Amino acid sequence: MSAPAEPWVRQHIMRSSGPGRALTHAAVMAKRHLIQIPRIPELIVFATIQPIMFVVLFRYVFAGSIIVGANESYINFLMAGIFVQTVAFGSVATGIGLAADLQQGLIDRFRSLPMAPSAVLTGRTIADLVRNMFVVGVMIAVGLLVGFRPDGSLFGWISAIGFLLLLSFTFSWVGASVGLAVRSVEVAQSAGFIWLFPFTFASSAFVNPANMPGWLRAFVENQPMTQVVNAVRTQILGLSPEAARALSISEGAEWRALAWLLGILVVMVPLAVRLYRRAAARPR
Amino acid sequence: MSDHIPTSRGPAIVAHGLRKSFGDVVALDGVDLTVKAGTVFGLLGPNGAGKTTAVKILTTLLRADDGTAEVAGLDVVRRADELRSRIGLTGQYAAVDEYLTGRENLEMFGRLYNLPTDVARRRADELLAQFDLADDASRVVKTYSGGMRRRLDLAASLIIFPEVLFLDEPTTGLDPRGRLRMWDIIEELAAGGATILLTTQYMEEADRLADRIAVLDRGRVIAEGTTDELKAQIGGERLEVTVSDEGDLPRAVDVLRTHCGPEVQVDAERRHASVPVTAGARALAAAVRELDGAGIHIDDLSLHRPTLDDVFLSLTGRVAAPTEEEAAGDGGRAPATEGAR
Repeated sequence: MSAPAEPWVRQHIMRSSGPGRALTHAAVMAKRHLIQIPRIPELIVFATIQPIMFVVLFRYVFAGSIIVGANESYINFLMAGIFVQTVAFGSVATGIGLAADLQQGLIDRFRSLPMAPSAVLTGRTIADLVRNMFVVGVMIAVGLLVGFRPDGSLFGWISAIGFLLLLSFTFSWVGASVGLAVRSVEVAQSAGFIWLFPFTFASSAFVNPANMPGWLRAFVENQPMTQVVNAVRTQILGLSPEAARALSISEGAEWRALAWLLGILVVMVPLAVRLYRRAAARPR
Repeated sequence: MSDHIPTSRGPAIVAHGLRKSFGDVVALDGVDLTVKAGTVFGLLGPNGAGKTTAVKILTTLLRADDGTAEVAGLDVVRRADELRSRIGLTGQYAAVDEYLTGRENLEMFGRLYNLPTDVARRRADELLAQFDLADDASRVVKTYSGGMRRRLDLAASLIIFPEVLFLDEPTTGLDPRGRLRMWDIIEELAAGGATILLTTQYMEEADRLADRIAVLDRGRVIAEGTTDELKAQIGGERLEVTVSDEGDLPRAVDVLRTHCGPEVQVDAERRHASVPVTAGARALAAAVRELDGAGIHIDDLSLHRPTLDDVFLSLTGRVAAPTEEEAAGDGGRAPATEGAR
């Protein structure tokens, strides 16, 4: 090996700081994760096989025995729940990825670089957003193949996809916080899923809460996942107010969903950034 | 970008009274360091001595509880961001992305050092060639050997020609061949005028690479000097002889005394004698000839080079094994210790 004597790159270092640098570095990090996706088997499963499996399984296993009301077929009812569930479960990958970065000493390296401190997290959550957009696309296609016939308007679809993207982004920050707090890939995997189960299954994702016992219904109808499912369902199915009521969707679900998601985001972003700084600074 | 002049006159690293505790565990207990620009400084100590903690403070990853430090003339706390554009860090484990290729890794780190895309790419190619990774540049790092990963990791820390390079146990976990290769690379960097602070558990490594060495024990510097000074302090190499027949021992001691020096230590029970030597290999050859000439049968004859254990034994009177507490405070980053936390 022979080292070039002149430190020629130094004159090219861009003097940058503030939001410009944060954006550039976030884009560099997002690119890193997008390159990774097709190379990490778990991520391919998360992104394609798992959502396809859920759509097909729920469609054929439950559709015969579940009557949801309002003359909606189960597949039509189901899809909003499947969208939300898949996007929410995708947040676990965010946490696993960050825990892996910590374990492998990559976070230490990033912190030794003249990097915007937020870029590691924003880069990853943005890449996860892109991945989830792809996932939703796959699910819509599969849904249409197995009988999903929504009546929503174009505007309804646009707003439903907006909700799903906001859900993806918000939950990625939750997943990031979990990954940074537990600091190990294995724990991030289980801890990332464990809290999602009650919120996903004790919600309106797969069944009409009208048939649940009262105490459970009280939880189900007031928790954030239900609000997001209801908002997406109303929009993609183009539900009339009567039909919505028949599916236990009270008026204003969209606003409540928006408020929940923005509220969680406002809490989780600073928390994740704090955990990032602290986790990276702890000795290992 | 500053119009900076590569070789400044002042020291590259100055630290005063660095202290750091993690809960009850004291990792650094008042460490002073001065490293001259253009030299290689070895921080030698067992697991848990505080080496990694010191490196983390000097590279802005950790904040000291007390004390001050300047690297490349910049305070590590107040001018941390500026400093990060001037240093390179290679940690204990190859911190590169397994799912990116070698080239993608270097390009990414170049961009994060605020280089424009085309410059980052050119520099990546230059480093890949320099570290014999050009043929594997388009392969995902997951397929690299341990030695290749380490080389890529080191390349990443050299992207901006850092004024000060930190190498935290650069050869831990490498096979002997990988270790020799890494030593060659570090020696070439040093010959090129780089300022390097390296930590190691191996006396041999510090001896070969470093101009000056500080021995760290339980968060304190217990000895500092050039390798020669340290060796003089701990006694340097020893020639050790074990004779087959106990009756031959006095004659063997005579031979050693005549050819090597007066300070012969004798252990009659083990039929063993040892003596400090300066010209080790020559003394060994002479001893073989003389012992053979005198008809003394020997079981074993060897040249013992001082190890970290000897340094510790000599400096502290105890063996250089970390206590559990100390190991938790610094030392290994293995997932196992994390889980136990």
